[in-house]
Amino acid sequence: MQTFFSIAIDAFAYGMVLFVISIGLSVTMGLMRVVNLAHGAFAMIGGYIASYAAQDLGLGYAVAVLLAVIGTVIISIPIERLLYRRIYGAPELTQVLMTIGITFCIIGIANYVFGPTLKTIPLPATLQGSADLGFRSIAIHRLFAIVCGLSVAGALWYAIEKTAFGVELRASVDNASMAAALGVRTEIIYAVSFAVAVGLAAFGGVLGAELLPVEPYYALRYMVTFLVVVSVGGAGSIPGALLACLVLGGIDTTGRYLMPEFGEFFFYLAVIAIICIFPRGLAGRAR
Amino acid sequence: MNHETVTKTARQNRTIGRDLIGIGAIIAVAAIGYLLFPDNLALLTRIIAIALLVLSLDLVTGYCGVATLGHAALFGSGAYAAGIAAAHFGITNPLLMTLAGILGGAIAGLICGVIILRAHGLPQLVLSISLIYLFHEFANKASSWTGGSDGLSGISPDPLFGVYEFDLWGQTAYVFGVFLLLAVFVLLRFLVRSPFGMLCRGIKEDPLRIMAMGASPKIALIKMYVISGAVAGVGGALNAISTQVVGLDSLSFTQSAESLVMLVLGGTGSLFGALTGTVIFMLFEDYVSAANPFHWLTMVGALLISVVLFAPKGLYGTAAGFIGRRMEKRK
Amino acid sequence: MSAVFDVLNLKKAFSGLTVTNDVSLSMAPGDRVALIGPNGAGKTTFVNLVTGNLRPDSGEVRLNGETVTKIDAIGRVQRGLVRSFQVTRLFQEMTPAEHVALAVLQRDGRAGKMFGNFLSMPDVMDEASVLLAKLGLHDLMHRKVSEIAYGQQRLLEIAMALALKPKVLLLDEPAAGVPQSDTGRIEQALADLPADLAVLMIEHDMDLVFRFAKRVIVLAAGTIIFDGSPADVTKDAAVREAYLGSYANASHAA
Repeated sequence: MQTFFSIAIDAFAYGMVLFVISIGLSVTMGLMRVVNLAHGAFAMIGGYIASYAAQDLGLGYAVAVLLAVIGTVIISIPIERLLYRRIYGAPELTQVLMTIGITFCIIGIANYVFGPTLKTIPLPATLQGSADLGFRSIAIHRLFAIVCGLSVAGALWYAIEKTAFGVELRASVDNASMAAALGVRTEIIYAVSFAVAVGLAAFGGVLGAELLPVEPYYALRYMVTFLVVVSVGGAGSIPGALLACLVLGGIDTTGRYLMPEFGEFFFYLAVIAIICIFPRGLAGRAR
Repeated sequence: MNHETVTKTARQNRTIGRDLIGIGAIIAVAAIGYLLFPDNLALLTRIIAIALLVLSLDLVTGYCGVATLGHAALFGSGAYAAGIAAAHFGITNPLLMTLAGILGGAIAGLICGVIILRAHGLPQLVLSISLIYLFHEFANKASSWTGGSDGLSGISPDPLFGVYEFDLWGQTAYVFGVFLLLAVFVLLRFLVRSPFGMLCRGIKEDPLRIMAMGASPKIALIKMYVISGAVAGVGGALNAISTQVVGLDSLSFTQSAESLVMLVLGGTGSLFGALTGTVIFMLFEDYVSAANPFHWLTMVGALLISVVLFAPKGLYGTAAGFIGRRMEKRK
Repeated sequence: MSAVFDVLNLKKAFSGLTVTNDVSLSMAPGDRVALIGPNGAGKTTFVNLVTGNLRPDSGEVRLNGETVTKIDAIGRVQRGLVRSFQVTRLFQEMTPAEHVALAVLQRDGRAGKMFGNFLSMPDVMDEASVLLAKLGLHDLMHRKVSEIAYGQQRLLEIAMALALKPKVLLLDEPAAGVPQSDTGRIEQALADLPADLAVLMIEHDMDLVFRFAKRVIVLAAGTIIFDGSPADVTKDAAVREAYLGSYANASHAA
């Protein structure tokens, strides 16, 4: 029972971190139909900025998070303008190559600037330690990750279902040329979504630094994990991504607890099984 | 009818001419390499092994349009099959080891093909990445067979034909590699021009149209995956024979991604493109990573971005297109 | 003569909307039938149900008396039900000779052959060049498809379909998008189709329908409202209603 509880909490927290990082990828993939392998690299940049701000400059956690999000978005703008613009609507192979090229460059630069060591982001005192629930205590950081994940999911749900922007976004996901014909400024929708996606990735990178440690190969190591969330959940679907994160977080965490010697073997096995059974994702729509 | 026979033979002569030029070019480049780097034949042999992997990738990506980031699974399986045959079963005849590599690669190709072809687009890509990680984890775990992260050692191939030893200088391995590459190249030239090769090109362009002709794209693609696995297996076996060790890196995502980079650098859908890309990339890697390993990945990334932006058909494809247009004009 | 192609009570609905409603028809070898109907009548759905790209909710499709409703699209092609596409779907980098040769090889179960160039397979090349010559494409047979005119591409579509030696041929608007100057060649090709072949042509151009078809079927709102001779179709009240109604609406909208 104790083990089960720890696994459940860890899986939930891990799933929420995955969700915060991947949901932006899912929305932009549904919207722009770009296979973006560089998304994890943006999460990594966020982690590096926060680590630098908190560790080297001695700034507070909240400030570091804010700087990480803003800084990553600023860094992403020229990349989007100069490189991503060229591959919208291009064949899949071209998109894979371009975004993997971007990933390699970012890894190389991070390795050069920050060195190959792990970077930590010191947690503020309020997030350290554990909370007593009476029958069991939980690390506060885990709770914080869960709360953040649920808040992001809620805020996105509200933004997409209840606001004018959300209506235009959904119309553009459905049929971009029709939406444009109806007067939706699709390029603005694209730009805003891309910025939000990158910002969320950076936030997730900082939030999850305890679970997914920040180091140069972060972008490659977790690339498949983020892509899996999107393809298992179905591109563009928030409930799908949420479900996928919880399922995958559960499988991965259970595997680590119960069969650590097998590494990620069962995780990848599960991914392959899920995609083979649901080739269009758990909540996928026919394209 | 007479006119037609003339054009027909002219066409056949032209393709055979290109085959001979290709064979001649491979032999010439191999000889130049031997003369220029007599002390670094190990590198040249490795280039040949990787060239076989890239040719194999070209079969599924260039000729059939399947984007995969997990192709090293086929190469690594071939390498481990050859290595395990030698280290655990005492099959140390290099030709039999190569055969083991071909078998291992083909079986891995069948498994990967059946799984990867279940999905399309992003899920397909994710399947390919998951597969290479799964193979990697499996090889890591089955350490009593594979040596795990220490690598599989204890591979000591017999002399080739009982005469030529695989020594420290690597001459035998190099010449053996060149012959393997030539044999594979000639067979693949036949394959891509055969009815089956044409069917695959059709599938790449429009699988629905192929179905409307009563052919099954899926069966054809799985066949191609098995052939591709056999080719990659030859490369893996060559690597196992020449280095006498098989490491987990032969089953890595990085190896898969790099082979895709090489293919695209040279140009997809052309055997010459695959070879050109491999040679240039590997020499470049040797040079840059020796000079400054820190910047290696950055350089690869920048290279990739510039190929996508400026030479989408790859170096060989762009050059061939340019020369082709010049020839047309002169006519 | 016994039927080579039967459709029995075919039904299909998409999320509650019935698109094909109880359609039945039967064709004998040598039949020349045109399927017409206003836009949105369900012609495309009907074609996809027949070819096996869509599964019907109920009903049957039979080829040569064999029920093929559960057989997929590939299997139906192999049993002799071949279609051409409304928009040409050819392989841009290949030549007409390669297209037809591939179809011939596929028909004979030799398309999986991994050795030998089709250029050195005299039987295949002879068949291909005879077929291409019949359609006036002989001089272009070694050009890339991307270099030949659209009308010729449509002829090549027909050549590919014929190379498969079908028993039933579905022609989806064979003259769509072809300039007036080239329609003559296509009509000639249609007139020269093998006499024992059953042809179902989906077409908008009524002149072509009247010249080609011995029998006309009119589909409206998913149901067959007319099945008879071309001479009677214009006199039929239901057909007039279906067409003139929609034309009237169209002219209001325009």
